[in-house]
Amino acid sequence: MTDIMDQLLNHPLGRGVLLGGVLVGLMMGVGAFSTYLERKFAGRIQNRLGPTIVGPFGLFQVIADGIKMLRKEIIIPRAADPVLFLLAPIVAVTLTLASAAVIPFAEGMEPVVTSVGLLWLLAFSGLLVFPVWWAGWASNNKYALFGSMRAVAQGVSYEIPLVMAALVPVILAGSLDFGAIVAAQKGGAWFIWSNPVGAIAFIIFFLASLAEANRIPFDIPEAESELIAGPSVEYTGILWGMFPLAEYIHTFIASAVASLMFFGGWLGPGPDGLHWMALKTGALYLAVYWLRWSLVRFRSDQLMRFCWHWLVPISLALIVIATLWVHAGFGGSA
Amino acid sequence: MDATWGSALVFLLLAFIAAAGGIITNYILRVRAKQELESKYTTYECGEEPEGDAWIQFHPRYYVVALVFVVFDAEAAFLFPWALNIRELGSFAVIEMFVFLGVLFFGWLYAWKKGALRWQ
Repeated sequence: MTDIMDQLLNHPLGRGVLLGGVLVGLMMGVGAFSTYLERKFAGRIQNRLGPTIVGPFGLFQVIADGIKMLRKEIIIPRAADPVLFLLAPIVAVTLTLASAAVIPFAEGMEPVVTSVGLLWLLAFSGLLVFPVWWAGWASNNKYALFGSMRAVAQGVSYEIPLVMAALVPVILAGSLDFGAIVAAQKGGAWFIWSNPVGAIAFIIFFLASLAEANRIPFDIPEAESELIAGPSVEYTGILWGMFPLAEYIHTFIASAVASLMFFGGWLGPGPDGLHWMALKTGALYLAVYWLRWSLVRFRSDQLMRFCWHWLVPISLALIVIATLWVHAGFGGSA
Repeated sequence: MDATWGSALVFLLLAFIAAAGGIITNYILRVRAKQELESKYTTYECGEEPEGDAWIQFHPRYYVVALVFVVFDAEAAFLFPWALNIRELGSFAVIEMFVFLGVLFFGWLYAWKKGALRWQ
């Protein structure tokens, strides 16, 4: 049995189908479950109960919502561009899932084995600006257009600190491969505290990821109170559902990547393995909700100023310090 | 290397199927309205008839930021291969990249002073 498994995992197509299937399923599951988790968590924060009626602890709410959404009629407005309108949510989910292909949730368990894992991830999450823009443009609705315009400005701006903060662990580990980045953090030397820049780089990376995923406090493109949900205003049923789904998955992936790059991934005190990765990712993911339900929304110009006046120069400085640190021989040899 | 892109292709396909699966499931399960109303297909604008297309020209504000973005993103593309090899390349590469980063820093300063990074 294990022989067959090994052979399958060593074959590129077998690996893609097997691990890829598991990962895609996991991501879709996480995305669906997040709707429940967020409502429950938000409820607790606001001293409410959240969903309680459907099933034990309201757990079947996910299924009920899913069926409701799947059965709703898809309406394409007369004024809209039908092709782009349909394509945008599908591409958004596809790209989000695709960016997860290189994430190892346990040692050597990534569906796509490559030495440029981080680059793959950044490339695919960078492309996510396009479907959001398509959605806003194809809707032929002014709210949607303004929303996606904001999303593009914000996504493009926060791409810079995101990439530069991600460079810090790359410099420290001397590799773009998540496996090697985690291996460089062995012995409790997690990048968040093994060097002077890790903690700040983590904060910048995490904030920029939130901005890319349009989470509060960076959810200006959606801004339901002023732009009536921005790019997704004309969407109905499951087509609409794909935007929040992509957003949840994107946030989850960002949490996973942050725990790989700064918190040692599957390494931990005691036995290494999947449980540590799950714990770290879960904790970061919940921290995102915590932020979302505690903070208010930025204003558009504040958001841009925060990025260009603070995050960009700070992340430039981080790269310089990290380089000097490694060059002085503190980082060990790769 | 071939091995990698084989599984990458399969993964992309799976991701697309997962995404498009939603539409297909909807097609099978959907509830159809008994009568078609023309108003259902109008653009949503809080009950008002929208005035003209949304495909208009308007001031996008941060358009200079897009240019600055291209500069910084190209820089990031240069930084990645360099960051991988700092240990092997030695002091010369470090100094050279610092000069490059310095030029960028002054570029950023210039853009700031010119007001390119501000709401105008």
